[in-house]
Amino acid sequence: MTELQAGEGAQVLKVPRIDARAQRYRDVLIALVAFIVLALLPMVFGSKQLLDFVVRCAAYGLFATSLNLLVGYTGMISFGHGMFFGLGAYGFGLMMQKTGVPIPVAFAATLAITFLVAAVIGAICVRLKEIYFAFVTLAFQMLIHSTILSWQSLTGGDQGLRGGIPRPPFLGIDLSRPMHLYIASCALLVIGLLLMRQIAQSPFGYTLRMIRDNPTRASFIGIDVWRAKLVIFVLAALFASTGGMIMALFVSGAYPEFAYWTISGEGIFINMLGGVTTFLGPMVGTALLLLLNDTVTRLTEYHGIVLGIVILFFAIGLRKGLMDFIVEWFVQRREGANG
Amino acid sequence: MDLDALASCFASPACLVTQTTSGLIIGMLLFLVAVGLTLIFGVLKVVNFSHGAFYMFGAYFAMTAYQLTGSFALAMLCGAVGTAILGLIFERAFMSRVYGADVLMQLLVCYAFVLIFDDVVRMIWGPEFKSMGMPAAFQVPPLFIAGGVVPPYYLLLIGVALAAAVVLGLGLARTKIGKVIRAAAHNPGMVSALGINTGLIYGGVFALGGLLAGLAGALAAPVRSLTPGMGFSVLIESFIVTVIGGMGSILGALIGALLIGLIRSFGSLGFPLYTEGLMYLFMVIVLVARPTGLFGKEAA
Repeated sequence: MTELQAGEGAQVLKVPRIDARAQRYRDVLIALVAFIVLALLPMVFGSKQLLDFVVRCAAYGLFATSLNLLVGYTGMISFGHGMFFGLGAYGFGLMMQKTGVPIPVAFAATLAITFLVAAVIGAICVRLKEIYFAFVTLAFQMLIHSTILSWQSLTGGDQGLRGGIPRPPFLGIDLSRPMHLYIASCALLVIGLLLMRQIAQSPFGYTLRMIRDNPTRASFIGIDVWRAKLVIFVLAALFASTGGMIMALFVSGAYPEFAYWTISGEGIFINMLGGVTTFLGPMVGTALLLLLNDTVTRLTEYHGIVLGIVILFFAIGLRKGLMDFIVEWFVQRREGANG
Repeated sequence: MDLDALASCFASPACLVTQTTSGLIIGMLLFLVAVGLTLIFGVLKVVNFSHGAFYMFGAYFAMTAYQLTGSFALAMLCGAVGTAILGLIFERAFMSRVYGADVLMQLLVCYAFVLIFDDVVRMIWGPEFKSMGMPAAFQVPPLFIAGGVVPPYYLLLIGVALAAAVVLGLGLARTKIGKVIRAAAHNPGMVSALGINTGLIYGGVFALGGLLAGLAGALAAPVRSLTPGMGFSVLIESFIVTVIGGMGSILGALIGALLIGLIRSFGSLGFPLYTEGLMYLFMVIVLVARPTGLFGKEAA
């Protein structure tokens, strides 16, 4: 990107008028309300399908929103973010199958492993520019995928982790019961989103936006661009890994597809569908894609064509995601009303 | 891991010849796909994520043409030219709309076409594995070079690909069109200001990339099985090739493709389960040492 292009896309950052603390209280309040609504949902609509849908939304939503921290906020287009989704699913599944530790311990240990792996891969990748960054992350994704396929004695190769993941009860929570799993997934989703929101709205989050808009200027005023990118790469990996763990709990297993590049492709597509300029855009995109996938696969075996055309509509027709579109429409209307 | 097999292969000339030729044909096919990718990137600054689909169409076009006419030469021609036309339409109708947009949009348009093209092939030719079969002219006993088995078709394949490499290299370096293409890669605004239709060049480069990928697909059709989605693994490998060789460099694509071909063919002896992993590992090593690839220009 040349200086000129960077200048065209950049917007003047509006300094938030609202006190940061007030905004944080507001976010926590919204999160609490969202959690209560989600938790009460099964009492109103008891269908198993709906609960499963929400759990899948939680898994993919955490993954997609964390990808947006990279793509939308920092301008790092990772084509290998799915590797952390797969790593979370496999790490957690293996830990439960092989060691039999309590679920919270396995959860924390998987996060620790993801942290280490992401730090090493990130240290190599984040200094690369745009398209090279996309490819090298893709290559790491495929490296992990082929390692999973070939390390049959540990991972079960192309069959995936079979035999189910044991889910012993802890602290009165029994994740083998669908209802408990549902509540736990909702809690993880809401907490995860809240944490990511705090990252995005923190001074560090604004540093990331500056790096996206003009990395040269950011480094001129003394920001260590490499370090900031590495930090957000690792943080995003942790949330993606959490999404993978929810998925592993949900399907009670882990499959090589979780670590395949298409997961990353779908993540990018979800972000595109929902929009990258709003925080909740990726969540909207997740729900849309899952709904789309479910309906289209039921109607036709050629769901690639339908999905492709929808993507083209967004990429060439709308040129932005759904939430971007809605937000812009609102802003225009309000400005129109004000004269 | 089976290092003994690898060591004993290096000790025997017969095995060495066999593995090297199989590495060379993998490499040459990859080169034809990767060079189109690198050319398109060099001139248009676009990463054509759907390039693997061109390879796939080349193979299917060639198979259909061969079944209809029975002529191998015509099959090759159909594969290459048909795909070139497809590339031209794809560029003019869709890709040209997202040149100004950011990388994400371009990747998405290509991603959409990867999905669409795979399903189109599934609709027309069916989801099952197809095979074109070896043309009658090449159903002859293999040659024996130093005890190693070399099917004559392999020699033709390597020859055609090498010829394409030489013609392309000389064409870009010496002819007027080649100079215009290189100028457009360097400064499209200036080329356009000099009264040259850059849209035509962009379409032409895409068609050329499609032609080469289609040719690779057509050449591969007799020796590989055809299936929807066959383009994707080739695409990933040609990405590795271009990234190793350096985006935009034709010589880099050639060297990268040959290296990957040899790694695949010898790696399948020593590390039968981890051949794919070896390639990614090699790419990571090259990128850590030289982020712009072996023949890439420094920090563009």
